[in-house]
Amino acid sequence: MKNLWKIFKAGLIFENPLLVLMIGICSSLAVTSNVSNGLGMGLAMTFVLLFSEIFISAFRKVIPNGARLPIFIIIIAAFTTIVDLVMKAYFPALSKSMGVFIPLIVVNCIIMGRVEAFSSKQKVLPSIFDALGMGLGYTWVLIVISAVRELLGNGTFAGIQVMPASYTPILFFILPPGGFLIFGLLMAANNGIKSALKKREARQAKQLPDMREAKENA
Amino acid sequence: MDLMKIFLVALLVNNIVLMRFIALCSYIGMTSDVGQSIGMGTSVTFVTVLATAVTWPIYHYVLTPLNLQFLKILVFILVIACLVQLVEFYLKKNIPGLYAAMGIYLPLITTNCAILAVTFESIDYNYSFIESIVYAIGVSLGYLLAMVLLAGVRDRMKTSQVPKFLQGAPILFIATSLIGIAFMGFSGLIK
Repeated sequence: MKNLWKIFKAGLIFENPLLVLMIGICSSLAVTSNVSNGLGMGLAMTFVLLFSEIFISAFRKVIPNGARLPIFIIIIAAFTTIVDLVMKAYFPALSKSMGVFIPLIVVNCIIMGRVEAFSSKQKVLPSIFDALGMGLGYTWVLIVISAVRELLGNGTFAGIQVMPASYTPILFFILPPGGFLIFGLLMAANNGIKSALKKREARQAKQLPDMREAKENA
Repeated sequence: MDLMKIFLVALLVNNIVLMRFIALCSYIGMTSDVGQSIGMGTSVTFVTVLATAVTWPIYHYVLTPLNLQFLKILVFILVIACLVQLVEFYLKKNIPGLYAAMGIYLPLITTNCAILAVTFESIDYNYSFIESIVYAIGVSLGYLLAMVLLAGVRDRMKTSQVPKFLQGAPILFIATSLIGIAFMGFSGLIK
């Protein structure tokens, strides 16, 4: 159980697909101009990832090694088609605003990467946890990016007015360049936190004297 | 006239990388030098146009009469994968010079989202065959342009001092954001 929790946490934080592994970036920027799109994309992705991992891990002994990539692609494409049709039927507005990015889940590197690196070698249960961790890890980063962009660029959060009425929205953040900027800054913040943590660990391990520490900071 | 409009919109106004965030993986991964980015860009251009020329007839003359449009995701990705493989075999055997220049990029292209996106969109926008081809050329040249621009910026970056926490990927995204702001200027080009 502890092991499963660890797998889940790896996807969520320590091996977060977007911030750490840096895969599947394309879709993460395109759909994050508002929170509901970000959430929708995150959940669609989690669904496809979960079912692809379950199926591939269940059939991993039957799938011949030489033909595994085409087989993976067919399985992933099948679930993507399901998501695409379900969204068209029940959430037409959401589906329309995400456009081509729903079918593009097929070629999203996160799914292919996890299937190849994890579920083709692991049992079903760990694969489920890996898929949930990676999927939700992807989803929360999407929500953070889209929350910042929507709040600054439109003054709203998931369509609800948050900023005071006198706030002039900074359109830049909704536009594509704003997306690149926010994502770049988010990654920089992540780098900063990681290097700070590493420094602290090193300091605790070595018990450096205060003098040298001050020098380092300067 | 209309064809020119489709071409310009695809190339500049809705640049696939800078305005639409498609194909970012290869955009970040394959631009560490200008030569490499040109190689990748031309390979993608070649395969995109070819893939559109193949998937458009398949959709309109095979899937639509059989009422199987919902299979398009599955069919298109398989067609592209096979196509890339065939192109690789053909080039290796008949045009070794071109293969030497493009060969290493070809396997990567199968999962390049630009190609799949173009084939879907030429269906979604109800383009005719000629329009789809023009659209494919415009989009992929736009991709090539963005690749070369970032590769140029990265060349300069090698000799400049980047703050430590921005080193690596973050500075690339910020540079892309700045290139994107410049491209916003094209949005008034076509009404």
